[in-house]
Amino acid sequence: MLRRTILLGCAAAAVLALGMQRAEAAYPDRPITLIVPWGAGGGTDATARILASLMEPALGQPVNVVNRTGGSGVVGHSAIATAEPDGYTLGIVTVEIGMMHWSGLTDLTYQDYTPLVLYNEDPSGVQVGIDAPWSTIDELLAYVKDNPAGTLKASGTGQGGIWHLALAGMLKTAGMEPDRVPWVPSEGAAPGLQDLVAGGVDVVTCSIPEAQSLIDAGRVKSLAIMASARADNFPDVPTLEEEGIDWRLGAWRGVAGPKGLPEEVVNTLVPLLEQIHASDDFRNFMTDRGYGMVFEGPEGFEAFMAESNESLGSVMKELGMAK
Amino acid sequence: MTDTLLAAFALVFDPYVLVVMVAAGAFGLFVGAMPGLTATLATALLVPITFFMEPIPALAAIVSTTAMAIFAGDLPGALLRIPGTPASAAYVDDTYKLTQAGKANLGLGTSLVCAVLGGLVGATILAFTAPLLAEVALSFSTFEYFWLATFGLTCAAFVSTGSPVKGLVSLLLGLFIATIGIDIMAGQPRFTFGSVELMGGVSFIPAMIGMFAVSEVLRWALGTTGGRDQMAKVSQASGSIIRPGLASLRRYKLGAARGSLTGTLIGILPGAGADIAAWVTYAISKKASKEPEKFGTGHVEGLVDAGTANNASLGGAWVPALVFGIPGDSITAIVIGILYMKGMNPGPMVMLNQPELLYAVFLAFFVANLLLLPLGWVAIKSYGQMLKVPREVLMPVILLLCMVGAFAINNTVFGVTVMLVLGVVAFIMEENGFPVAPAILGLVLGSMVERNFMQSMIKADGNLLAFFERPIAAGLGVITLVIWLVVVVSAVRGRRRVPPVLATTPNE
Repeated sequence: MLRRTILLGCAAAAVLALGMQRAEAAYPDRPITLIVPWGAGGGTDATARILASLMEPALGQPVNVVNRTGGSGVVGHSAIATAEPDGYTLGIVTVEIGMMHWSGLTDLTYQDYTPLVLYNEDPSGVQVGIDAPWSTIDELLAYVKDNPAGTLKASGTGQGGIWHLALAGMLKTAGMEPDRVPWVPSEGAAPGLQDLVAGGVDVVTCSIPEAQSLIDAGRVKSLAIMASARADNFPDVPTLEEEGIDWRLGAWRGVAGPKGLPEEVVNTLVPLLEQIHASDDFRNFMTDRGYGMVFEGPEGFEAFMAESNESLGSVMKELGMAK
Repeated sequence: MTDTLLAAFALVFDPYVLVVMVAAGAFGLFVGAMPGLTATLATALLVPITFFMEPIPALAAIVSTTAMAIFAGDLPGALLRIPGTPASAAYVDDTYKLTQAGKANLGLGTSLVCAVLGGLVGATILAFTAPLLAEVALSFSTFEYFWLATFGLTCAAFVSTGSPVKGLVSLLLGLFIATIGIDIMAGQPRFTFGSVELMGGVSFIPAMIGMFAVSEVLRWALGTTGGRDQMAKVSQASGSIIRPGLASLRRYKLGAARGSLTGTLIGILPGAGADIAAWVTYAISKKASKEPEKFGTGHVEGLVDAGTANNASLGGAWVPALVFGIPGDSITAIVIGILYMKGMNPGPMVMLNQPELLYAVFLAFFVANLLLLPLGWVAIKSYGQMLKVPREVLMPVILLLCMVGAFAINNTVFGVTVMLVLGVVAFIMEENGFPVAPAILGLVLGSMVERNFMQSMIKADGNLLAFFERPIAAGLGVITLVIWLVVVVSAVRGRRRVPPVLATTPNE
């Protein structure tokens, strides 16, 4: 009995010692991987890289951005969710996490992550070529209504992607069939915009920062944005609400880790990310490129994702895009 | 124009910038020469360093790294049959066989001289016509891309050695592998069997390393190459590198001119780039050649064309990236990200406000290609030492490097699995006389053909004639169809006159 107690005590001490040892080596004591589910050069990648570069000096460890692309975001998102929850693999979770499981691509949901911070949200804009005959969103929608279905074509992302949803929702809210303007799936906003300029499609729904360089180039004009307020960079572009169409949709990005991140990790990263978010370096970068800045801590981010998940799901079901 | 050029000169010929370029060039050569590590990876590794630089040295560093890395990809290709990039895969059989025949210096020297020439010509053309070319690039819609990609696939008919039927089977295999993953049209997973990794598709770097390098290691291990005796011939060829290179260039001047022009033009199209440029020019060269039967057997003619083309196309991708903010490949995508971080928005505003920046980039290409000559020479000399290493030591090391490369592309073990599986597949194919080059071509172009076809069909409401309604699309379409017709007719005729030509497999 005594022996057993001693043994137990030793074991407990050993476990405690191990635990303490682990606690003593302050997080992080080795490089951190930041997984980006989208390709190099895109908005998610760019914001992740600036975050990583600002995290590095503060953490004293390299933060390596790794692009895990493909599968419409499934591959990267599942890489984040299935990583060891030790704080050394983090990732950028994007709006698609609330869409992919509705369309049956994966079982992953926002509940498979430890949310850290939400840092960006960009509403969709409605872009047409500079020579297009419509100068307001009303004229465009009236044209769609007066002509046979399929007269105009739109693009901006893959089938069932966020910008496809933006277009379908807008048409439906305006009282038309959601597929009255057929969707031409593309690999992202950039190829969609290229096709718009080349005369291949007529409308591209994507966020304004994605279209900014072509808007500046005088090749593309933005007719409306799907937000509750006008964008600071484009004060002349009205919101859909102003035009009497009650429809808003945007893409968002946040930092998260796999489910079950240790408290110590969360307590280290969240204040740091909050500080970075408020820094001039980050702020200037985001506003220069026209990225919308929002901020939520872990609880707020979780609630935000839950809400986003529900509203995307109900819209997708309504539009027949959910399984 | 002259003022801008002078300003650009001042920017680039700054001692700091030049030192950065030499260092970045050495780095690019090193990364590019490691089997499986790509120019894109080299660029990505540079990103954190460029944070501390002014925009010009940062861009010059990337230009220098990529120009060197693409050439350096020819080194493992020639010496170990591991093409560094899909762009050097087009002629890897030629350079590798030259090495086996003890003529490594001829192959690599030609490759080096052609890369330099292509790069210089490409940079010069772009410097004077960038805004104009950017317009052309922007007028390409999915119809034009479809024909371009189909035209690229057509090249399989020319690049494959041996029996056309076996070449076709190999091409179809590549096309099949390209369909694996989530199809972007309907968002449906295809051939993924519930695996998340397969949903992302089979990326072609691990596939390429597997099909060329792993199959070669297998062949060596099983001793079917006629194996070690032949390997023993591979001595470190001594003597001049540059001179034989210049000689091939002189001999195939026309090919070099063709390669630089075609390369530059294809390079400016976003998403097409160096790979298609190399394959297309290789095919053109073979078609135009007086001795097409020598292609793929250690002949420098195709190497001259394709070697100039892939370096000439390199600068092209920067045109739409800088002028319109549309990235032409993954390297320029990273460049755009860096520019934004420097507070410069690529796009016409750059052209209006800082035209010297664009010229500085092309000037940097020019300088980088001049630097390539001495740096490349050193690289060839030192890389050649590797051939002195006994094969028993070298082969396991190659396999290890292949695994590192396949892993590095996505940081997953899945890449290594892909590499090994396709390595075995390629080994079996080659043992039975099926060429692997068409399979690689199918893999690289398959998704591009499919995507652009589907997109175009949706736009045209299923009307096939729409593929000929736009002038450029119609032109490309007619050319492609005529080539098909010629190939089919000549195949039928050839079959009637003589018994089927026996396949000259690479191993016999």
